Amino acid sequence: MRPLDAAGGLGYDFDMSKTSGRVSQNGGAPTAPPSGLSRRSVLRLAGLGSATGVLGALWGRREAHGSAHPGVDPEVAGHAAHTMGVVGRIDTETFDPAAFLRSWNFSHLPEPERSRWYREEPRPDGTLLREYELVAVDREIEIAPGVYFPAWTYNGEVPGPTLRATEGDRIRIRFLNQGAHPHTIHFHGWHPPAMDGSLPDQQVLPGESFLYEFDAEPFGLHLYHCHANPLKRHIHKGLYGAFIVDPPGGRVPADELVMVMNGFDTNFDGDNEVYAVNTAAHFHMAEPIRVRVGELVRMYVVNVTEFDPINSFHLHGMFFDVHRTGTRLESTESTDTIMLCQGERAILETRFRYPGQFMFHAHQSEFAELGWMGLFEAEGA
Amino acid sequence: MSARLWLLGLLPLVLLAGLLALILAFDPTEAIRGDAPPVERLAFQRVELGPEGIRATVLNDGPDPVQIAQVMVDEAYWAFTAEPAGELGHLSRATLEIPYPWVAGEVHELRVITATGVTFDHTIEVAMATPKPSGRVLAVFTLIGLYVGVLPVALGLAWYPLVRRLGRRGLDFALALTVGLLLFLLIDSAHDGLEIAAEMPGSYQGVALFALAAGFAFLAIEVLGVRLRERGGAAGAAWATAFLVAVGIGLHNFAEGLAIGAAFALGEAALGTLLIIGFTLHNTTEGLAIVAPLSKAGSAPVARLALLGLVAGAPTIAGVWLGGLVYSPVWSVVFLAVGAGAIAQVVAQITRAMARERPIGDLVRTAPVAAGLLAGLAIMYATGMMIG
Repeated sequence: MRPLDAAGGLGYDFDMSKTSGRVSQNGGAPTAPPSGLSRRSVLRLAGLGSATGVLGALWGRREAHGSAHPGVDPEVAGHAAHTMGVVGRIDTETFDPAAFLRSWNFSHLPEPERSRWYREEPRPDGTLLREYELVAVDREIEIAPGVYFPAWTYNGEVPGPTLRATEGDRIRIRFLNQGAHPHTIHFHGWHPPAMDGSLPDQQVLPGESFLYEFDAEPFGLHLYHCHANPLKRHIHKGLYGAFIVDPPGGRVPADELVMVMNGFDTNFDGDNEVYAVNTAAHFHMAEPIRVRVGELVRMYVVNVTEFDPINSFHLHGMFFDVHRTGTRLESTESTDTIMLCQGERAILETRFRYPGQFMFHAHQSEFAELGWMGLFEAEGA
Repeated sequence: MSARLWLLGLLPLVLLAGLLALILAFDPTEAIRGDAPPVERLAFQRVELGPEGIRATVLNDGPDPVQIAQVMVDEAYWAFTAEPAGELGHLSRATLEIPYPWVAGEVHELRVITATGVTFDHTIEVAMATPKPSGRVLAVFTLIGLYVGVLPVALGLAWYPLVRRLGRRGLDFALALTVGLLLFLLIDSAHDGLEIAAEMPGSYQGVALFALAAGFAFLAIEVLGVRLRERGGAAGAAWATAFLVAVGIGLHNFAEGLAIGAAFALGEAALGTLLIIGFTLHNTTEGLAIVAPLSKAGSAPVARLALLGLVAGAPTIAGVWLGGLVYSPVWSVVFLAVGAGAIAQVVAQITRAMARERPIGDLVRTAPVAAGLLAGLAIMYATGMMIG
């Protein structure tokens, strides 16, 4: 097997100098609010409330008990829709969520560079041999404007590169672990146990490599992720990606979008501080996904969110056809909200009927307000 | 001092400067620290709610710079501006303006997330508009101060005629009662002060600050007491003691006023008539503590008594103003400590005066004194229970 170059020479920018912070896991214990009052003093004050009340000299405190005056300027409340969301923009030079949406098999790279990571070769039976180079690299990524996360990545990005094949193709992946911990690639799909990347002796130690080889089947929308232990950490640190297997002959042409629902626990308390599709919080609020009115839009939605039992996808003003796991060509459901547990995925198809902006987000409001929310901008008629 | 002595004094300092320069030039901790993450600490200082939303002041209490990246309110990323923007150095402060439609009477959670993903939280227990300085607000604060500070103390002063008619044993009882009351206030101040000190940003070294301020107050009152007593006779000494008791209580009440004003500012006050009654009872005993040393002082002009009352009670008003408008836990700790130190000194003076040449142990064993001490502590404890 051809030895893989150091990650720095592989067409990806793994320059760690671009990172601007490190994570303190324990150094920054949250500080108790310095309200500065013992329970005793607080209660003590409580008496004063009535004192002032008796004397008829109350100010805004009364408002707390009357619903007529919320205390906040109606202007502010009215602008709440515009003030929710992250502040600023992420640097898209190292990872561009907009480009990630519509690229697979490294299609976003120019040709000579692309062939270092992906090559295809026809086989006698008409299928393709698809060869990939995947490298596990530790790298700091920007998950919300100015917030940096010490990720474990496939090829320097989270989610990892989207792999796409046609049912029956041969998949061959050279996996090199350049990270500091053992990693694997575990694929969802048909494959023999030796290719599962999950058992203790299948861990690829730092500096070592492994060749995964199997046939792409069944057709549908799948995923791949690291299966080294502890599993939770290896997944939430960023080792996952989408794996699309097209039916023989392909699907009806459409504007296709890859959306991996993920989350990040930046302070390592077992709870996500950031939720998103494709990593960057609220990215598509500022940069809507442009689609054409009337054109078929196909969304490959994969849920890899760690810690939370489920995630969901909701599209405003529209309905979509659902192909759960993408393993049937016929739609099983028409809805505007779909729920997926971790590892579950679905292909969603729809056509925009009206021009304008359509919001999409998790229908867990908490996830939406923590980053998992975006806009479609439908154009033309 | 000769030039030679100056030189000898300065030499180690010059060498120290050289050592510091050396450390800064070749940081020896670099080798140990390696790639370790920075130590980030951010403390919320003051959180105000207004018609424009939430304004929070945060302090970088850690050794390393902190970059505030995003702000969340109630688990939602929210628009904000930071002044100054950019990295916060050690002990630097930034003010965050967050246009959040807070809901009166409800709880809100603020969360700051730094560039490295570390989070710092602050809970607004009960959201209410932060009072802004205005004639009305100052009037309300003044009223609160009168209620809990000035009036109860003035009522307690009315025990003066009784104190004057007490015999030897009665007087011992009254003075011991005063000491009991003051000891309780001392414990109360120390408890509250140390509690706030523990919650303060580490760089302020809250407990050391408390000890320093208390020690300073103790010495200052000692010196003041000596000066005052030099000015004349037994009556003068009694007045001096009463004055010092009033000063000690005044400092304590100032700290109490700070806490009261702050609680209003932080929206932590609730209603309860029983509590205000308890407060009045509690502080009325402070007036008795002031007049007890005056039994031998001859007839006292009402104006002079009123002055003592004001010294003890009026600081509450100033405290409420300050606490309500510019609350800072540092001032709470400093003034609780100053109050504690002053009270400790006054207790020492009264017991010395009561004991005269006797050992303190003999004094405490006499029935009126033991009973007075216990009664003083018990009264404060019982009225304190009504307060909380």
